[in-house]
Amino acid sequence: MFAGKRVIALGDRDGIQGPAIAECLQTAGAQIVYMGTECFV
Amino acid sequence: MYPPVLRSAACLLVHTPHLVRHGSKPSRTLPPPPCSPPAAYTAALRDYPAAVGYPPNQVFIGNLPPDALYETPQPWWRHPLEGAQPEGPFGPILPEPLFLGWLKAADPFDLVLLEEQFTASLAPQLAAHPLGGAADAARLGPGVPLATLTARVAAGQALPLMLDERLVGAVLPGHAHDAALAPSVLLENLAAKASAALALRRALAPFAPDAPPLDALTHILSASEEAVGDRYNRGGGNLAKAIGELAGCTNASGCDIKAFCAGPLHALIIAGSLVATGVAESVAVVGGGSLAKLGMKYESHLAKGLPILEDCLGAVAAVVGRDDGHSPRLRLDVVGRHPIGAGSAQQAILEALVVAPLARAGRRLTEVDKYATELQNPEITAPADRADVARQNYRLLAALAARRGEIAPDALDAFVRAHGLPGYAPTQGHIPSAIPFLPWARAAMQAGTLRTAMFLAKGSLFLGRMTTLADGASLLLEAPG
Repeated sequence: MFAGKRVIALGDRDGIQGPAIAECLQTAGAQIVYMGTECFV
Repeated sequence: MYPPVLRSAACLLVHTPHLVRHGSKPSRTLPPPPCSPPAAYTAALRDYPAAVGYPPNQVFIGNLPPDALYETPQPWWRHPLEGAQPEGPFGPILPEPLFLGWLKAADPFDLVLLEEQFTASLAPQLAAHPLGGAADAARLGPGVPLATLTARVAAGQALPLMLDERLVGAVLPGHAHDAALAPSVLLENLAAKASAALALRRALAPFAPDAPPLDALTHILSASEEAVGDRYNRGGGNLAKAIGELAGCTNASGCDIKAFCAGPLHALIIAGSLVATGVAESVAVVGGGSLAKLGMKYESHLAKGLPILEDCLGAVAAVVGRDDGHSPRLRLDVVGRHPIGAGSAQQAILEALVVAPLARAGRRLTEVDKYATELQNPEITAPADRADVARQNYRLLAALAARRGEIAPDALDAFVRAHGLPGYAPTQGHIPSAIPFLPWARAAMQAGTLRTAMFLAKGSLFLGRMTTLADGASLLLEAPG
């Protein structure tokens, strides 16, 4: 599903963080074009 | 070495519904002053009795134990605590009009103007308040005519301070060509200063009998959320000294500790270290309210039919001193730090802040009675589709305990209930990061119902765009004896 797709990975400091999302999707063949972690509190 | 102990801890709230429009989000999305906000916004602001009766606020000031929230019907805003009092063992919930007086008292450059009749009504109240006094009332001055305020606001030269539909004050710029001294920035800084000074007074004698009196304190560390400075040094700081001056701590000096939301925990560790080494006999750690975070999620609250729940500034103060034989001990041998090379994955952060320091002390995760982590009130965050932050963090801790074989995988919820806390603190940045539990832990340890509590706070350094790193700090508190 993610193979060959370009992905923007936006994570949550208290949830799933950007690097974790990116690593999962890279393993699935996606290209990470932007990765970040934000804080919502 | 002088073993450091927690001599006192204070937590107070200031109900400031009319300052919400000056919070970061409302100020960017509402029509700018002097235009009035939309009727739906105004109608959603809570009055003082509603803020006082709000169960999470009662927990914050010590009138209701945190675990009582598990049994309190939700939504909490629809179920105010019957007979709720504005004064609690940890501090008060202060009303807005009085706080505008303290904003003026905190202003040494006459940049806060208060209308003269309003000032006259405030002076005796400020003088008589247990946290106030004659000196605060004298700092109000005579006030100014309403016409002066109206003219300055109409000319775009000042930020209006309103109570209901009435213009009662204004904040002037500190310099015509310095963005760091704009009225909005000064209001933010003064709100932090005034609320922190009130918390500091509350954490010292005579309110806190185990803490020194005002004029005996020698060190203050402020971990407030603000940026005090000018155009040549926008974050110059040392609000700590200004806070101490306002509070009346004539023998104190201090400095600021800045680490986003982990600031207060870093400050607590440093305070303990200053006492342990003999550099200081007692150190106050203070955190003033965050005006910028008022109304942060107001749009979600309006959309979901809630009142605007982010209407309170929170302030905390804790005094660390030498061992008096009956105060909880700061275990400086069980301090967690988050090294730069550890990475920002949740597991890495918890390993650094929890597992590593406990392991050094030969303890398992299950051997800490209570963990205090991000304690944001979930009723504030849920309408914005943010999860229950406290529960999320506790489940991560529980998952780590399960991964380490300390608990069974199906015992996560039981771990959260036994070792965690419900979220109850206002979303005031550093304020909900672990430290609201300090007075609860102190009281329980002195009563013999709690042996150990670990405080862990996280800081979102990446928000400042200087690093992609997060940060954190942790400290174990232990009952005396």
